[in-house]
Amino acid sequence: MRLTFTGRGRARDGGDPSRRRILAGAAGVAVAGPAAADTLADVPPRGPGAPLSSTSERSEYVHLSRIPESTPGRRPVDPSEAINSKAPLDRLVGTITPADLHYERSHAGVPDIDPARHRLLVHGMVKRDLVFTMEDIRAMPATSRVAFLECTGNGWENWKQAPPDVTVQNTHGLVSTNEWTGVPLRFLIDLVGADPGSTWMLAEGGDGSAVARSIPLTDEIIAEGMLAYGQNGEPLRPAHGFPLRLFLPGFEGNLNIKWLRRLKFGDRPFMTRWETARYTQLQANGAARQFQLRQEVNSVITSPSGMMQIRPGFNRLTGLAWSGFGRITRVEVSTDGARTWRDAAIAGPALPKAQARFQADWAWDGSPTKIVSRATDEAGNLQPDRASFIARTGTNALFHYNAQQTWAIDAGGNVRNVLA
Amino acid sequence: MSWPRPAALGLAAALSCALAAPAAEFGRPASPAEVTLWDIDVRPDGKGLPAGSGSVARGTQVFEESCAACHGESGQGGLADRLAGGQGSLASDHPVKTVGSFWPYATTLFDYVRRAMPYPAPQTLSDDDTYAVVAYILNLNGIVPADAILDRTSLTAIRMPNRDGFVPDREFSIIRNARQPPASRP
Repeated sequence: MRLTFTGRGRARDGGDPSRRRILAGAAGVAVAGPAAADTLADVPPRGPGAPLSSTSERSEYVHLSRIPESTPGRRPVDPSEAINSKAPLDRLVGTITPADLHYERSHAGVPDIDPARHRLLVHGMVKRDLVFTMEDIRAMPATSRVAFLECTGNGWENWKQAPPDVTVQNTHGLVSTNEWTGVPLRFLIDLVGADPGSTWMLAEGGDGSAVARSIPLTDEIIAEGMLAYGQNGEPLRPAHGFPLRLFLPGFEGNLNIKWLRRLKFGDRPFMTRWETARYTQLQANGAARQFQLRQEVNSVITSPSGMMQIRPGFNRLTGLAWSGFGRITRVEVSTDGARTWRDAAIAGPALPKAQARFQADWAWDGSPTKIVSRATDEAGNLQPDRASFIARTGTNALFHYNAQQTWAIDAGGNVRNVLA
Repeated sequence: MSWPRPAALGLAAALSCALAAPAAEFGRPASPAEVTLWDIDVRPDGKGLPAGSGSVARGTQVFEESCAACHGESGQGGLADRLAGGQGSLASDHPVKTVGSFWPYATTLFDYVRRAMPYPAPQTLSDDDTYAVVAYILNLNGIVPADAILDRTSLTAIRMPNRDGFVPDREFSIIRNARQPPASRP
C-alpha cells in the first residue's frame, strides 16, 4: 500500500514502509494511494454501510488529536504535567476548529461543573449586586460570532532557538477559531447598572486556581465582549469553560476567563498574579510590558510545515493568518527565504478577528530553500520578520511571539523549523 | 466597530427589547453575606485584605506542611514555581522570575495564595496562616525580617523590589469609553 498526504505534501513512492508511516503520521490522514496501474475496477464495491448512530465519529482513516505540552523545550510531556494542549494545525482544513480539537490552556485542570449549580455573581461598582443562574443567562438576548482565540504563549518555542524536530502543531497550535455564542457583555453591563465611572472589570473563574484577570472596559471590549455558553453550535466543552466563559475577540487567551463565576466592576486594575507575575513580557532591559492584551497580527504556513516532506514539482502552500486588530487584508509568501514575496490568495470571507485561510501555488525546483509567510491586517499592521521583532522585544518576553515563521526545506524535501 | 452590520443591527434590536424589560427578570439580588463569601480579591492599596495576622515563624510551619512538597525547601528546587532568589537576573539571558525578583505587589501574593494555594486544596488556609506563609515567602527573599508579623496594614506598606519594573501599554494605561460622562472622561 502506498500512502499520501491529504493536500500537497505527498509521500514518495517506493520508500521504506516505516518512513511512509512517519509521513502519514505527520499528515494525520492516511489514504491508500493509486496503485501502479490505477483502474477504477480496483475501487471496492458498494454495499450496505454501518447503522445510523446518535453521534458521528471520525473516519477510522482519520487520526486527529491535540498534543498536551508544557513550557518551551519540554517534549514529550506526560499529560498529568501538561499546562496546555495544542491544536493539529497541520491536519485541519478551512478555518473552523472542531470543538474537541480547539487548543486548551487550563491553570488547575478542568473542573466538573453541574450547570444547575453554577452561579455568576456580578457586583462592585454596580447599581445592583446580582446572582445569575445558567437558566437566567440562556434566557438573555444572545449573539454569535466567529473569532479566533489564542494563548499568549503561542509561538514560544522559537524565542531563543528553533527546535528542528517540531511540527506546526508544536510551534503554533495554541490558536483556534470557533463560532462563539452568548450574551453581549454590554447587555449585562446595562442590566446590573454598572457605574459609568467603572473602567475595569475583574473576571474570575470557577477553576481550582480561581484565575482572575482585570478587563479594561474600552468601547471595543464593551461592544464585542460576550458571556459565551456555546461553541460551534453546542454548549461549551468542559475544557473550554462549561458552562460559561468570558469571550473577548482579539484579546489574549487568558483574559477569556473560563468557568466564569464572578464579575466585579471597579475603577482600576486589580493587579492579580496573572497580570503582574505571569502574563507580562520581560524586555531586554529587564522591565516588563504589562497589559499587552491584544493578540498581534500573525500567520503561519501549515503545509508544507515542520517534519513534512515534499517532492519537486507542484506544491500548494497553505496556512492560516489572524489578528486581534481585525480582518486579515493581505498575506504574502516567500519561497526564497524572504528575499522576494508574492501575494497568497485569501479564501473568503476573511472575518474580523478570525483565522483566514491562505494558499499559493508553488513549483519547487528541488534545491534547498526556505518558505515564509507574512500577514497584514486592516489596521495596517505587518507581521514582523524575526530579526526586527527580536531587536524590538529581546528574547525573554515568553509571550506575544508573532514573528514570521520560516520553514527550511533541504534537498531531500524535508521541512524543518528554523528561526529565519 | 468591526462587527458585521447584520449582527450589529440584530444586536441593537435585541438590546432595545431587553432594556425595556425590568432587571428583575434576570437574576436575583446578592445578599451582602454571600458577596463577602466570594469577594476574595485583594488590591495593591490593601482593599480586600481580611483581619488577622501571621508571623514568619508560623509561616515556616505552614510552608513545610502545605507548600514545600511542590515548591521545595525554602521555595526553591521543587517542581512548582521557584519562589525566592533571582534578584538582578531580569535583564540577563536567563531571567529568574520569583516573588522577590519580579512580583510588584506583596498584596498580590496574599491574593494568589488565598485564592489558588495550596494547589490540591485551594482556599483551605485560614487568613492568619495565609498572612503567615506570605510573611515566610517575603522573608525568604529578604523583604521582611525573620521576626516580622504581617497584617493588612503592614502587608500593604511593603514596597517590593521590582515595584517599578512594569510598563503598562499605553492603550490600556487610561481607559476611556462612551459610557463615561463627557466631563469626567480622563
